[in-house]
Amino acid sequence: MKKIIALVLLVVMAVVGCFFWGCGKKPVNTNEILIWHWMTDRHQAFETLAQQYSEQTGVAIKIQLFAPPDTYSQRITASAQANTLPDIFGILDKKEIFADFIKYGLVADLTDEYKKDDGAWEQAMFPKALEVNRFTADNIYDVKPGIYGVPIDVTNIQMLYNKDLLEKAGVKEVPRTFDQFLAAVKKLNSVGISGLVSGWGEIWLADAFASNYAFNIMGEQKIMDTYQGKVPYTDPDWLKVFRVFKTLSEAGAFAEGVVTKPNKEAEQDFALGRAAFAYNGSWCVNVYHDMNPDLNYSAMLPPKMNPDRPMKIWGGAGSSFVVNEQSAKKEQAIAFLKWLSAEKQQAYLARETRNLPANRKALAAIPEVLSDFAKVMDNTTHPTIWKYNELPKVTEAFDKGLQSIVIGEKTPKQVAEEVQKVKEREMEKQRNRQ
Amino acid sequence: MNGYIIRRNMRYFVLHLFLMSVAVTCLFPLFYMIRCSVMDNQTIFTDKGILPSVVNFGNYATAWVDGNFGTFFFNSMLYTTSVVIGIVVISSMAAYAFSRLSFPGRDWFYYMFVIAMMIPLPGSFVPLFVLMNKLHLTNTKIGYILCMINVGLSLSVILLKTFFDKMPSDLEDAARIDGCTKWQIWWNVALPLARPAVAVIVIFNALNVWNEFILAQLLLSEEVHMPLQVGLMKFINVHTVNYPIMMAGLTIAAVPIILLYLAMQKHIIKGLSSGAVVG
Amino acid sequence: MAKRQKMSSIKLADISENYLFILPAVIIFAIFYIYPFIDIINLSLHEWKGIGPKVFVGLRNFKELMSDKIWWKSIWNATYITLWALTFQNVLAFMLALACDREIRFKKFYRVVFFIPPVLSQVVVGLIWRWILNAGKQDGQYIGLLNHLLDSIGLHHLTNDWLSDPATALTCIAIVHCWMGFGWGFIMLLAGLQTIDKQLYEAAKVDGASSWSTFWNVTIPMMVPVILVVVILTVLGSMQAFILVLSMVGQGLVHHTDVPVTRILGAMQGTKEFGYACAMGVNFAIILIAVSALMKMGSNKLKQA
Repeated sequence: MKKIIALVLLVVMAVVGCFFWGCGKKPVNTNEILIWHWMTDRHQAFETLAQQYSEQTGVAIKIQLFAPPDTYSQRITASAQANTLPDIFGILDKKEIFADFIKYGLVADLTDEYKKDDGAWEQAMFPKALEVNRFTADNIYDVKPGIYGVPIDVTNIQMLYNKDLLEKAGVKEVPRTFDQFLAAVKKLNSVGISGLVSGWGEIWLADAFASNYAFNIMGEQKIMDTYQGKVPYTDPDWLKVFRVFKTLSEAGAFAEGVVTKPNKEAEQDFALGRAAFAYNGSWCVNVYHDMNPDLNYSAMLPPKMNPDRPMKIWGGAGSSFVVNEQSAKKEQAIAFLKWLSAEKQQAYLARETRNLPANRKALAAIPEVLSDFAKVMDNTTHPTIWKYNELPKVTEAFDKGLQSIVIGEKTPKQVAEEVQKVKEREMEKQRNRQ
Repeated sequence: MNGYIIRRNMRYFVLHLFLMSVAVTCLFPLFYMIRCSVMDNQTIFTDKGILPSVVNFGNYATAWVDGNFGTFFFNSMLYTTSVVIGIVVISSMAAYAFSRLSFPGRDWFYYMFVIAMMIPLPGSFVPLFVLMNKLHLTNTKIGYILCMINVGLSLSVILLKTFFDKMPSDLEDAARIDGCTKWQIWWNVALPLARPAVAVIVIFNALNVWNEFILAQLLLSEEVHMPLQVGLMKFINVHTVNYPIMMAGLTIAAVPIILLYLAMQKHIIKGLSSGAVVG
Repeated sequence: MAKRQKMSSIKLADISENYLFILPAVIIFAIFYIYPFIDIINLSLHEWKGIGPKVFVGLRNFKELMSDKIWWKSIWNATYITLWALTFQNVLAFMLALACDREIRFKKFYRVVFFIPPVLSQVVVGLIWRWILNAGKQDGQYIGLLNHLLDSIGLHHLTNDWLSDPATALTCIAIVHCWMGFGWGFIMLLAGLQTIDKQLYEAAKVDGASSWSTFWNVTIPMMVPVILVVVILTVLGSMQAFILVLSMVGQGLVHHTDVPVTRILGAMQGTKEFGYACAMGVNFAIILIAVSALMKMGSNKLKQA
């Protein structure tokens, strides 16, 4: 009998005890620099570099990986709340959230570091890569102007074409204009090859595609005006953007199932020659290489709709790290990031992971297809460097509207009206809040 | 008479045809997984045959080593056993009290457990993390175990209580007359009688813990604490380009739980038929 | 007098001993469930981006939620999946259980095989079904198994882009959900059938009842309690399903495949409205509690009848 009581008490004690034991336990205190990241494909390379760094300097680096990015993002939010962020981490959210992290003292200002020695560090990096981490003097978020993050690589998103398939369908020239593209699609379809594949199940990719055409059709100023509420989404130019999707859809340019396809599946489709065109980021070079080393392809800008304006694509820093302002090892953390973004390490990363380096001196190390991506860096833009950004709910309505058009459920006009309605409602809400 | 036999045979034929076709859909994914796991990345998209032309078991070794499955496997085993034992002990104590003992507020406490089943867990991630952090339980095995015990507790308490309610109390009365305490009755009389229901709870919760990865990713950060499914998620992310290795990893993760089910399934049939769900 | 005092102190000791039984469960529960949930209720009254100050807004999130068409659409979608699960999944499970309750060959084989889908992780299931439902072609041949099959048996006109067609996407998800879930129903119903005294069947046979009327008059009444438990578990499981949705259609096909939990996650991760996400969570919990209470009342009536 006593045994039984003892057992029960043991269970109760164990449960209660766990808390006290837990409470009494000191947080792990070491001299290591702790890094949290989400880049599964680069984990191995990071580990190798961290090892080298420890050997060279005696500073231990601990790298922890959290994937997929959604989980990572949630963990960062939760840790910010609990004040347990690591020494180095990345913020995957919009600029507005990045700004909040800075305002609440969670991200260190690196401007002085970049400016040291006549700006040696700043000049080594691609300006485009730094822009994402920069808050300009006229930023609307009340953040002290400066640079707050360290880019690890550069990326941009454009179109890829399969040379063999184009040849098979008798498409002689790579389409530069929208009409040429439609003609190419027609030829491809007639021999049973799908046109464009992309992972629009991850909806921001569709958003990026629309944004490319918005830049081509109306230019940055008008887009910013729209975000500020001065131009409605029912404007003829925006209708043109929506119509791009309708035209492509009606011409049979999209591969089946494009709207719910995860990007990994889309990458597989392109690598296995199931579609002649893909819309994908420069990280794809690595992915395609693993899936099909013999794939004969090249990169191109999305075909222009409006010949008078340049086609802008999304690009900039692919991934960036920031330093925890509250970390006791801030100086060491910055030193490590400086080392990581230096030429030698960047060249190693570029070689190992087939990504574009953020350090301009490391550019020599990249494979040929990647240099196609590198060439168009001047054409890139990104929401994080725009002065204004759209309200999240409007973006959601916009993106879902694109899906509706692609599957032929709604007309561009209907979608434009609906998005405008959401825009007005959200603007109203904003005004009421102030 | 002949017609009758033919009709009966026809009926059996149709019945088996129906059962077999369902069985085939159930076996198909498993078969597909194993089929893909022994191919290599070049043949996987070209080989259209039902059985692979070249069989290569090396993928399993690669997956095991690359995915660091050794540690993950051990952790998952540890989590599954400790959570299941914890749930069985804690929930059977509570269920026994709800069913047999009287104290003020008994029904209210019980309804609290019932209502908890309705609250969707994903909404509470951030509060849970902040709380766990205050208790210094993030990134500890014990923290994750306690959380998982909590997740399975409601259903287990409800199932066991239903079972105890249906159970005749003669034996317990006899034990009480013999001078046994409540604790002895619970442990020596009620729990052994409830063994079939316990088997049900074991398989329910074991499945749940084995396949869980969302909470684990939120609460744990060191690889040495991670369970198999988290390892698998990362593994999938890294190897989506290499289908065979990914499938080998997925098969490795599925095998133990299928074995557990095979071992427990007799008890489950017995357990449920003894009244665990007859509420 | 002294004796009575002793009595009551014994009683007090007795009651506190009884509390000891539920203590571990209640402690764990209070800490890991009640406390975070109170936090959620509190957050649902605020506007919060996941970082920075929380602004108290009273019931505004709930008001906004009431007129949020997408939210109610997601509830309807979950209900739709649940209806499929209640009918298709449970009827299938019941039929299979009836078949396996008889003395037939391969009974043990079926029993094991029917439980394989619930054992597999939902991520794997999503991956494999995406391949089955794939609508793409390579070299003029369908990649996906379903379209390939339809095409090869001459039903080419039935081939479809299953997961990108609003008319079929949610139904496909619902069917896969049923496919994953019927194993649970099967096993519980089979167990229930086994508890029915075989003598009842014999008696009915002697009375000359047809197998159909035996089914209605003996089997079904005996099975009511088991069926009720299966129904309640099906409703709770199906309303809260989300991993399968994510692994089959990613962020969703417009709003045709949104379910409440994906909306909650979307508001937390995508648009960063934690307060609103928490309001959704509270609203959803209330709906589920109400539904379960209704079912409980209904089942009490059924049991009395």
